[in-house]
Amino acid sequence: MPQHTDSFSLSNVDQPTRNVEIEFNGVSKSWGENHVLRDLNLSVTAGEKVSIIGPSGSGKTTILRVLMTLETPDVGVVSVGGDILWDVKAGVKPKETKKMRATRRKVGMVFQQFNLFPHMTALQNVIEAPIHVLGLPKKEAEERAVELLGLVGLKNHMSHMPHQLSGGQQQRVAIARALAMRPRVMLFDEPTSALDPELIGEVLGVIRQLATTTDMTMLMVTHEMRFAQDISDRVLMFDKGAVIEQGPPDQIFASPEHERTRRFLSMMLDR
Amino acid sequence: MTWDNEFAMSVLPELLQGLVVTVKLTLCGISIALIVGLIAAVLRFQKIPVLAPVLGFYVQFMRGTPLLIQAYVAFFVLPQYGITLSPFVTGVIVIGLNYSAYTAEVYRAGIEGVPTGQWEAVAALGLGARRKWLRIILPQAVRTMVPVLGNYFLQMFKDSAILSAITVVELLAAAMKVGGNSFRYLEPLTLAGLLFMIISFPASLLIRRLERRFATTH
Ligand SMILES: Nc1ncnc2c1ncn2[C@@H]1O[C@H](COP(=O)(O)OP(=O)(O)O)[C@@H](O)[C@H]1O
Ligand SMILES: [Mg+2]
Repeated sequence: MPQHTDSFSLSNVDQPTRNVEIEFNGVSKSWGENHVLRDLNLSVTAGEKVSIIGPSGSGKTTILRVLMTLETPDVGVVSVGGDILWDVKAGVKPKETKKMRATRRKVGMVFQQFNLFPHMTALQNVIEAPIHVLGLPKKEAEERAVELLGLVGLKNHMSHMPHQLSGGQQQRVAIARALAMRPRVMLFDEPTSALDPELIGEVLGVIRQLATTTDMTMLMVTHEMRFAQDISDRVLMFDKGAVIEQGPPDQIFASPEHERTRRFLSMMLDR
Repeated sequence: MTWDNEFAMSVLPELLQGLVVTVKLTLCGISIALIVGLIAAVLRFQKIPVLAPVLGFYVQFMRGTPLLIQAYVAFFVLPQYGITLSPFVTGVIVIGLNYSAYTAEVYRAGIEGVPTGQWEAVAALGLGARRKWLRIILPQAVRTMVPVLGNYFLQMFKDSAILSAITVVELLAAAMKVGGNSFRYLEPLTLAGLLFMIISFPASLLIRRLERRFATTH
C-alpha cells in the first residue's frame, strides 16, 4: 500500500507495512440459544479495506461491537495492531483493563444512527474526546476539528447543533468525530442505512475518499453493494455467525461460489 | 363569623415572617434533595454490589413511609441518641432527605431516558467516567428532569407545612399561633392559604412553560 503524502495525514500509521492489524481467533458469542458468532477466525491486514455483507441478524454488527469493546465475546482472542484486546477463556468473565482501553483507542466507530451528542455543536462533538482523552490543548483540537469538518464538507456547519443538520450531515460529523481520535482502524456499521436515499451519496463519498486517500484499516458493514465492490480490497460474506465466503469484490460479486451468497446478492440487487 | 379586615392586616406581618421561613425551608430542602438524590442515583447506576440494594431500600423506605412519621422520628427519637438539632434544621434535613428519594428516581428515569447510542458513543470515544456523566449523560438527562423536578419542588413547598408538627414556625404554624392567641382562625388561615398560592401559582405556570420548552427541542 503506497504511503500517501497529502498535507493531511489521517492516520498515525507511519509504515505502510503489511502487518496484521485485526485478528479474531476462535471467537464465539451467543445470547441464550442464539449463536451470533461461531468460532470466528478472521485476519485483516493493515490498511486493508474490508466490506462485510450478509443477511440481517447474521452477526455483522456484533463483530464490530466486539472490536469496539461494546460487546464481550464468550470465548476467543481478539487483537488489534498486535495488542490483545480480548483474551477470553470459556466461562471466565473478563474485566476491563487499562491495556484494553489503550488498545481500543486504536479503533474508531461510525454508527448506523450517528449517535452525535445532541447538546453540542458539530465542532464541540469533534473536539470533546481529543481534548479529554488524548489530552490535546483546546486550540490544537479545534484546528484539527476544523480541518476534519472541512474534509467531510462541513466547514460552514461547525457551529450547528445536530438537530439543525440533515442525516447525511450528521453522519459526516460523526465520521469527523471518529477521525479526530486518529484511529488506525475505522469501523462503519451500515453508515447509510438510516439515511434518506438522496443523502446516501454524500456519506459514501466521504468514506470513499477515506478509503482511497488514507492508510487506515477499514471494516465496513454495508448493504450498498456497488459501493462495496468499488472500494473494498476484500469482501466477507457473513451468514449465521460465520464467514461463508470471502475474496476480492469482483470475484464475490461476479462469480460467488456459495449458493447462499448468490441468493443474498440477487435479493440485494432486486431491491 | 365575618371577615375582619383590620385584624387581617394586623396579623399579616407575622404571617409574612412565616412565609419567609417556609421559603427558606423549601430552598434548603431542594438543595439537599438535589444533591443527595443525585449521589444516590449515580451510585445506584454504578451497580456496586452491597451499596446498590441499600440505596434501593433507602429510596423505597423514604417514599413508602409518611413524611410526618419521618419528621417525628427525627424530632423525638434522634435527641435520645444525643443528636439535637433546631426544629428548622431537623425539618430541612427530613424534608430534603424525603424528597431525595423522589429526585433519585427522577434522575434514574432521566438517565435511563438517554438513548443507548449515547453511551456507546462515549465508550467508542474512550471518554472517562467523569466526562461521561458531567458532559454527556447528565446534560441530556436534565432536559427531561427539569419539569418533573419542578413539580416535586412545588409539592415540597406545600408539604413543608407538615413540619409545623415539629414546631417549625413556618407559614401554617404562624397562622395557627395567631389564631390561637386571638381565637380567630378565619383571617390567618385564609391569608396563609393565599400566601401559599401567591408563590405556588406562578411557580406552576413557570413549570408548564419549562415543560413545553423541553418538549419542543427534542
Ligand atoms: N444485546 C443483545 N441481546 C440479545 N440478542 C442480541 C443482542 N445484540 C444482538 N443480538 C442478536 O444477535 C444476532 C446478530 O445481531 P447483529 O450482529 O446485530 O446482526 P446484523 O448486524 O448482521 O444484522 C441477532 O439475532 C440479534 O437479535
Ligand atoms: Mg447490523
